[in-house]
Amino acid sequence: MKTIIFKTASSYLLPLLLLFAIFILLRGHYLPGGGFVGGLIAAIAFVIHSFANGIEKTRGIIKFHPGFLMPIGLALALIAAIAPLFTGGALMTGLWFENPVPVIGMVGSALFFDIGVFLVVVGVTLTIIFTISETI
Amino acid sequence: MLLSVLSGFLLAACLPVIGKQIKGNLSILLSALPVILFIYFLSFIPGVANGETYHFTYNWVPQLGINFDFHLDGLSLLFTLLITGIGSLVFIYTSSYLKGHVYLDRFYGYLAMFMSSMLGLVLSDNIITLFIFWELTSISSFFLIGFNNDSEASRKSSLLALGITGFGGLFLLAGMILLGYVTGSYSIVELMGQTELIHNHPYFVLILFLVFMGAFTKSAQFPFHFWLPGAMKAPTPVSTYLHSATMVKAGIYLLARFTPVLGNHEYWNTTLIIIGGVTMLYAAIHAVFRLDLKGILAYSTISALGVLVFLIGLGTDDALLAASVFILVHALYKATLFLVTGIIDHETGTRDVSQLSGLNKVMLPVGIAAILAAISNAGIPPSFGFLGKDLIYEATLHYGDWAIVLTVAAVLTNICLLFAGFLAGIKPFIGKLPQKYEKLHLPSPLMYIPPMILAGLGIVFGVLPMIIDSPLIKPVAAAILNTSPDFHLALWHGWSVVLLLSTITIGGGLGLYFILKPSEGLLAKATRFEPISPMSIILRCTRIFESTAKGVTYVLQNGYLRYYVIAILTFLSVLLAYKIFKGIDLYVNFGKLTEITLYEAIVLAIMAVSIVFTVFTRSRLVAVAAMGIIGYSICLIFLFYSAPDLAMTQFSIDTLTVILFVLVLYNLPKYLKLSDTGSRVRDGMLALIFGGLISLLTLEVLNEPLEREISAYYAENAYTLAKGKNVVNVILVDFRGADTMVEIIVLSIAAIGVFSLLKLRLKSIEKE
Repeated sequence: MKTIIFKTASSYLLPLLLLFAIFILLRGHYLPGGGFVGGLIAAIAFVIHSFANGIEKTRGIIKFHPGFLMPIGLALALIAAIAPLFTGGALMTGLWFENPVPVIGMVGSALFFDIGVFLVVVGVTLTIIFTISETI
Repeated sequence: MLLSVLSGFLLAACLPVIGKQIKGNLSILLSALPVILFIYFLSFIPGVANGETYHFTYNWVPQLGINFDFHLDGLSLLFTLLITGIGSLVFIYTSSYLKGHVYLDRFYGYLAMFMSSMLGLVLSDNIITLFIFWELTSISSFFLIGFNNDSEASRKSSLLALGITGFGGLFLLAGMILLGYVTGSYSIVELMGQTELIHNHPYFVLILFLVFMGAFTKSAQFPFHFWLPGAMKAPTPVSTYLHSATMVKAGIYLLARFTPVLGNHEYWNTTLIIIGGVTMLYAAIHAVFRLDLKGILAYSTISALGVLVFLIGLGTDDALLAASVFILVHALYKATLFLVTGIIDHETGTRDVSQLSGLNKVMLPVGIAAILAAISNAGIPPSFGFLGKDLIYEATLHYGDWAIVLTVAAVLTNICLLFAGFLAGIKPFIGKLPQKYEKLHLPSPLMYIPPMILAGLGIVFGVLPMIIDSPLIKPVAAAILNTSPDFHLALWHGWSVVLLLSTITIGGGLGLYFILKPSEGLLAKATRFEPISPMSIILRCTRIFESTAKGVTYVLQNGYLRYYVIAILTFLSVLLAYKIFKGIDLYVNFGKLTEITLYEAIVLAIMAVSIVFTVFTRSRLVAVAAMGIIGYSICLIFLFYSAPDLAMTQFSIDTLTVILFVLVLYNLPKYLKLSDTGSRVRDGMLALIFGGLISLLTLEVLNEPLEREISAYYAENAYTLAKGKNVVNVILVDFRGADTMVEIIVLSIAAIGVFSLLKLRLKSIEKE
């Protein structure tokens, strides 16, 4: 599958798809989308890139093992979940900043939770796919 | 109180950190903990002697009625003193016995853990915490028996001990829960008031059985006794502490504690008398034939435990008093003998009793301790053992019709026990010193002072019984009897049948000692009966159990994914078919269904074609691609019915699935070995049946009135409570966020699983 067209396209597709994934992640609270789908799309973006250029190149772009995204994401989600405990709320109560942030809109603990989900999904998918394609 | 119980756990938790520093000469400092606890518990003596009991409550899981309720009365006090007192001596002894051992810190950690568990066990008023501490003692005993973890025999013995005691512990838990169910209370003190209710309840026999199973396994009663001789693989301080003085008495403690609750019933008394009687005779006779010092002591310990069960079974005031005294008597002399055995083993390197003699010439203080202990064990006046034995005979003689049989059994047991005690305590020290031992020297005082203290107490309590009479023994008997008894311990009871029996015992034992010389031949004769011993029978049962389990696992977990899927689908189909055709009135309300639109028809046609392709193609890639098309078609259907979130996710998932499949298939060999027609037909049938059933189910669901409350709640509150307009996402990250949290954890675990399985295999291939 290493045609020139695909290769060239993939290097433009990667940033575009990643942006799209983040877009999907952020709009999730109001419109269809969310961390889970966003994560899957981001993973697909990297997988397409690795198909075109080989896994080594993709790994070069990510710099670290995608597996590390899992603990980071889990930690982020956990922090978002237990943060309300410190302000006197129950576990997983939504906490919100008073004013909307430009472009993103309202920011709250749910968003961080979703980002955690996003990172875990990317980490899990890439770890599985990379491991399988490397070892088999 | 909570701190005193848990301090051992705290110490054990600290040891991995500070252990390295303390391992050298400082290890004796650790003995401070049991000593302080001993003094702390001593301070309760005046109060308890006045008939007071202490109660301490700390909440733990109040919702389930499980709290740290500590109750200190005479019985608990005796045990706490034994645990901390003998514990102190064992801690001190160990610092010299295992000096310089690599894992000394670990050993102290286990010991401290055990001490705490045992304290918790005897102080718990709540029967659930009692059970937890009970199991903790089994677990720490497992670690201690297997302390020499490079020896296979040690590992096996520790597993056996854990298996038997842990197994019994589960019975105990069931018994405790039943008791709680019957009476509505988990507190022993409260249970005591409900004896009548428990005795007349239909579950009484079951409760009795369960509690007995717990007690018998823990206290090594026939036919579960065989783990105890195996447990002697542990270092000697452990045998002293756990397997003679304290842990094995946990079963006795349990029986004594529950005497006011369950006791005084025909079943209770008969079972305990029979089991205790069989155990004491069986083990005592066994002890006679052993050569290994620790083997002798192990069997005589089992026998002594049998005596205690037997006495509790008799259940008369005399018998329970005798039991209270005998617990202390036995702990004192048996711990001494074990410690002495440890010294002999440590210095000479052998525990074979036929090899040892004349050690008095090189280690007199040790010899004195051993001989004093043997005297107390033999019940020769003026030792404390004499007092104990008198009380036992007193109890059996006054037991109605069966007095003669029981007394004969007790006398026979005591004769054998006396012989065993002499073998372990006197034989190695008198006679001619073999040449090879002439260079031996006395070990460190840290090792011989503890047995001397214990042996000394065995004589002091005999001569001056009043020091422990009312402060200690009376409250114990009071706790077991649940009344305050009136008696006084005394060495001299005047000329009586009891005295005659004592004389017979001593005479018989001495006679046996002079006639019977320990030798290989005797041991061989005893081991001839091995194949029909309870140990072999139970081990054979476990082997059958193991092979059955292996067979069943092999059938169910055969490693072929297709069979797993078949098993799951068949099971579900049968269940669904049964439910659908049995209980439900089948009908399809066509009027409720919407018209099929053109788009839907096209999508369905595409799906149908793809399915045919998937099933009949000869190329794997085509099959995978066709599957992908089916997946995308389903996404379209989701879109038609306005579920964009679902469609989007499904779309990405399908893409990734196809990629994964291609990745795997790409690397498989090119030729295709298709499954044969038979299995294809079978799979097809199963798929059709299952699909048909699910379709039926879906159609039937439409007939049920829809519960819209939940979705309405989410729709209404998504924005007000969680500030989101996309209800699906709000449910995911807010309302049901905990579920999502668990899901991403599961996902991560799956990824780690894939990663480690594949990488691990790679590494093992690299090795070759």
